[in-house]
Amino acid sequence: MIRKFYYGDYGESKHGAADISTTNQNKHEWPLWEVFIRSKQGLDHKHAGSLHAADAAMAIENARDVYTRRQEGVSIWVVESKHIHASNPDEAGSFYDPASDKVYRHPTFYDLPDELQYM
Amino acid sequence: MQWESSEARFQEKIDQEIKIEPKDWMPEKYRQTLIRQISQHAHSECVGMLPEANWITRAPSLRRKAILIAKVQDEAGHGLYLYSAAETLGISRDEMYDQLHSGKAKYSSIFNYPTLTWADMGAIGWLVDGAAIMNQVPLCRTSYGPYARAMVRICKEESFHQRQGFELLLHLSKGNEAQRRMCQDAINRWWWPSIMMFGPTDDASPNTQQSMKWKIKRFTNDELRQKFIDVCAEQVKFLGMTLPDPDLKWNEERGHYDFGTINWEEFWQVIGGNGPCNQQRLDTRKKAWEEGAWVREAAAAYAEKKKARTPVQQIA
Ligand SMILES: [Fe+2]
Ligand SMILES: [Fe+2]
Repeated sequence: MIRKFYYGDYGESKHGAADISTTNQNKHEWPLWEVFIRSKQGLDHKHAGSLHAADAAMAIENARDVYTRRQEGVSIWVVESKHIHASNPDEAGSFYDPASDKVYRHPTFYDLPDELQYM
Repeated sequence: MQWESSEARFQEKIDQEIKIEPKDWMPEKYRQTLIRQISQHAHSECVGMLPEANWITRAPSLRRKAILIAKVQDEAGHGLYLYSAAETLGISRDEMYDQLHSGKAKYSSIFNYPTLTWADMGAIGWLVDGAAIMNQVPLCRTSYGPYARAMVRICKEESFHQRQGFELLLHLSKGNEAQRRMCQDAINRWWWPSIMMFGPTDDASPNTQQSMKWKIKRFTNDELRQKFIDVCAEQVKFLGMTLPDPDLKWNEERGHYDFGTINWEEFWQVIGGNGPCNQQRLDTRKKAWEEGAWVREAAAAYAEKKKARTPVQQIA
């Protein structure tokens, strides 16, 4: 059901960026990394973008220079793009369908008297 | 027929302002147009560092030097955001560098003009970054997700570029006679190339119509140029300087400034490689790329060796 796609992959006809830059034909190019940044303590890391680096340590240093020049982060995660698995957008309809008819999962579904308090 | 319905569904998404993401189906032409536009934009940011880098060592104070370094570093960042946005469309970084270095890819013609005096740092910030902002703000809503996100980040950073430039000119405009002359001279030289940055007029821009339909572009070249001219014609008054266009005057009826004829012959010459600094800019880029080759190779070799020696580190 979940097929493997690289971040930045463009369908079947054309290889995605991660593919191109991490296969042997292009082995001169440093691999592509995805960068995730926590903007402040207490918040989740959020995808910020990508960059090329020879290894993880360099990716983190480059991410600091590229994505946090104005104190946008207090913590950085990097992961080589080829390790990212993603759901297939072509199947998004059927894939997320099971959740679309279950309105009773939301609190607003329930009809209760207005006078009822603290609920 | 399958293709036709995909195309229709694609256009429907665009019309509903739903962003297109890298793995979504898209017409090949849309993909190609974006690769061209985003990579050209990335090249412009990178080559754009060169005219200003020329003055870093000669900045008149530590404050100005720190500002200029920060600005040039931002432009490097802009290039990197954009290269990676283009990569999501299936072109590799090296391919794009190749296109730039071989002269196959174009970049903004403005960066092929020389920076002759310190006042040029001000004129570039005010006019060149100003024109770039005018172009870039609507691109924050462009239909391709990664491009739009890169533009949001870029626009946040551009504002200081323009303000520091105007401040620099403001200081010169209050200086002595020589400083005021230098200020006016820089404005004179950068004005026309800046308004050419918006590209050919609408009737000579073959890509505009399709790009508008796909919402890659939101405004035409002429619309943005007019907006820029209207804004600058007012701003220049704060400097007590003039814009070098005798035909520039407010048109009550149109609600816009009228302006003189742009020298398109010059524009096409510069785009075509015959500007004052085209050769120098490309040579500098190529030299940096070639002389950095050993660093790239050494880092890659070191990473390989380390990978072979140590187990994968758990970070999260
Ligand atoms: Fe920029
Ligand atoms: Fe800028």
